[in-house]
Amino acid sequence: MPAETIVEVKEIDMTYEGGVEALAGVSLALPEGRISTFLGPSGCGKTTLLKIIAGLIPPTHGEIWVKGKKVDGPGPERAFVFQDFALLPWANVLRNVAFGLELRGLPAQERHAIARKHIAEVGLKSFEASYPHQLSGGMRQRVGLARALSVDADIILMDEPFSSVDEQTRRKFQEELLDLLRHKHKTVIFVTHSIEEAAYLSDQIILLSPRPGTISNIIRPNIDREGRNPDEIRRDKNYLDAVDEIWEILKHYV
Amino acid sequence: MTLLGRRIPIFFSLVVWFIVWEIIGRAKLSTIVPPFSSVVIAGFTIVPTEKFSKAVMISLRSFAVGMAFALLVGIPLGVLMARVASLGKVLGMWVNIFVSAPISALVPILMAVIGIGESTVVITVFLFAVFVILLDTQVGIKQADRSLVEMARCFGARRYQLYTKVLILCALPEILAGVRLSVIRGVKGVVIGQLLIAILGVGELFELYSQHFLMEEFWALVIIVFMFAFALSEAVALLERRVEYYASSR
Ligand SMILES: Nc1ncnc2c1ncn2[C@@H]1O[C@H](COP(=O)(O)OP(=O)(O)OP(=O)(O)O)[C@@H](O)[C@H]1O
Ligand SMILES: [Mg+2]
Repeated sequence: MPAETIVEVKEIDMTYEGGVEALAGVSLALPEGRISTFLGPSGCGKTTLLKIIAGLIPPTHGEIWVKGKKVDGPGPERAFVFQDFALLPWANVLRNVAFGLELRGLPAQERHAIARKHIAEVGLKSFEASYPHQLSGGMRQRVGLARALSVDADIILMDEPFSSVDEQTRRKFQEELLDLLRHKHKTVIFVTHSIEEAAYLSDQIILLSPRPGTISNIIRPNIDREGRNPDEIRRDKNYLDAVDEIWEILKHYV
Repeated sequence: MTLLGRRIPIFFSLVVWFIVWEIIGRAKLSTIVPPFSSVVIAGFTIVPTEKFSKAVMISLRSFAVGMAFALLVGIPLGVLMARVASLGKVLGMWVNIFVSAPISALVPILMAVIGIGESTVVITVFLFAVFVILLDTQVGIKQADRSLVEMARCFGARRYQLYTKVLILCALPEILAGVRLSVIRGVKGVVIGQLLIAILGVGELFELYSQHFLMEEFWALVIIVFMFAFALSEAVALLERRVEYYASSR
C-alpha cells in the first residue's frame, strides 16, 4: 500500500564552514506513518541530514518540504531524539519530558498531566522525580523519547537512539518502539549503525555513500510484522534478504 | 587540614594561630603586634560606638551599590561576549588585562577625575568586582552544552527562552564562582578605595587608628573586615553547593 510523502528532501548539498563537504545532491521522499532509516559509514553525513530535516542547520543548497511546506527552521510537527539524550541536568524527569510543552507556554498542570502519560508509556512511571544523573543510559534515552512524544509531533527524528544501551535493552526498546509507533501512526526517521536494527525496524532503508554522503541505495524490506513475534520476524526470508542486501552494498565502503 | 592523620576542623587551626599571636603579643616582640586578647577587647569597645556604625553604614552602602552594578553589568555583558563573537573579541582582551591588573593603581586617577567622595569608592568596588564576573560568565556560557541549545531550539524555544531556560542555567556554576570571587574583591575595593580617600567609612577609621597608633583597634577592624568578606563568600559558596549536584553530573 503506497503511503503519502510527508517529508521531501530536495537536492540537498551541505558544506560545513571550513570546507567539509558532508552531503551532495541528496533527494528523497519519506512516506507518512512509516519508519525510514539512514544507514551508512561513519562520517557520511547521517546526523547532518537528520539535523537539516529538523531545521537545526540550514543546508548550503536545496530544500526540505514537510507536509507541503518549505522548512526554514524547527517546527512543532517535528520532534528530535538526541543521541546524547540532551536532558537538562537540573530538571527532573517530569520537567524534562514536559520541557517542549513548557517552551510552548502550556500551564504546569496541563503539561505535567501530558508528560506523566508519556512517562508511563516508556516505562518510567516511578522515576518522575529522578534527575538524569540518577538514571541509566537506557532510561535517559526513554526520557528523551517521552519528551519527543509529549509534543505530539507527527514526525519523530532519532539519531542513533539505541547506541548507548546493551543488546537486551536494545531489543526490548526496539519492540516497544515498534508497538508505540504503530499505534500512534507516527512517521519515524532514524539513524543507526546496525544493519540488523535497520532491517528489523524499517519500512525503508536509505543507504548513504561515504563522505560526501549521496544516496547509494534505497531498500524496502517488506516484512510482514502483523501478529508475529520478534524471533519469527528475525527468521523471515524478507528480513534475512534485506540484511544480506545491505551488507553487500556497505561492504564496499569499509 | 590534617594533623597526625586526623582531620581537624578549620576552627581549631584558627585557635592555634590565635594562641601563637597571643604569645608573640605578650612577648612584646613588636609594637605593631598587640596580644590577641587585647585586640578582641578593643573590638568589643569599638563596635558599639557611633563612629563605627556610621563608618560601617557608609562602607556597606558603597559596597552594595558597587557590587550591584558589577552584577548587573557583569552577567549580561559576559553572556553577550560569549554569544556575540565580535564583542567577545573586542572586549575579551581588555577583560583579561583588567582581571589581573592592579586596579588600586587606578583609584588615584578616579579621585582626580571624579573627586574625593563616595562615588569614587563605588566605582572602585565596581572595577574590583566586575572583571572576574565577566570572565567567568563568559566561560560558563561558552562551555554551555551545545546539544542542550540544539534541543531547546528543536522544541521551539524562543530566543529569550534559550537564555532563561538553558544558557544561564548551564553557566550557573561558573557564574556563581565568579560572584564568589568578586565579593572578596569587592570588599578589597571598599577598603582600598576608602583608605586612599582616607576621609570615608572604614578607610577613615583605619587611617585614624594607624595615625594614633591604636594597634588593638586597628587589628580588630582588620579582623571584622575579614570576617565580613569570609561570611559573604561562604554564603555564595552555599548557593554554589546547591547547584553542584548538577554541575558535577554534566
Ligand atoms: N559542525 C560541524 N562543522 C564542521 N564539520 C562537521 C560538523 N558536523 C559534522 N561535520 C563533518 O561532517 C561530516 C558528516 O558528519 P555527520 O555527523 O553528519 O556524520 P554521521 O554520518 O552522523 O557520522 P557518525 O555515524 O559517526 O555519527 C563529518 O566528516 C564531520 O566531520
Ligand atoms: Mg552521527
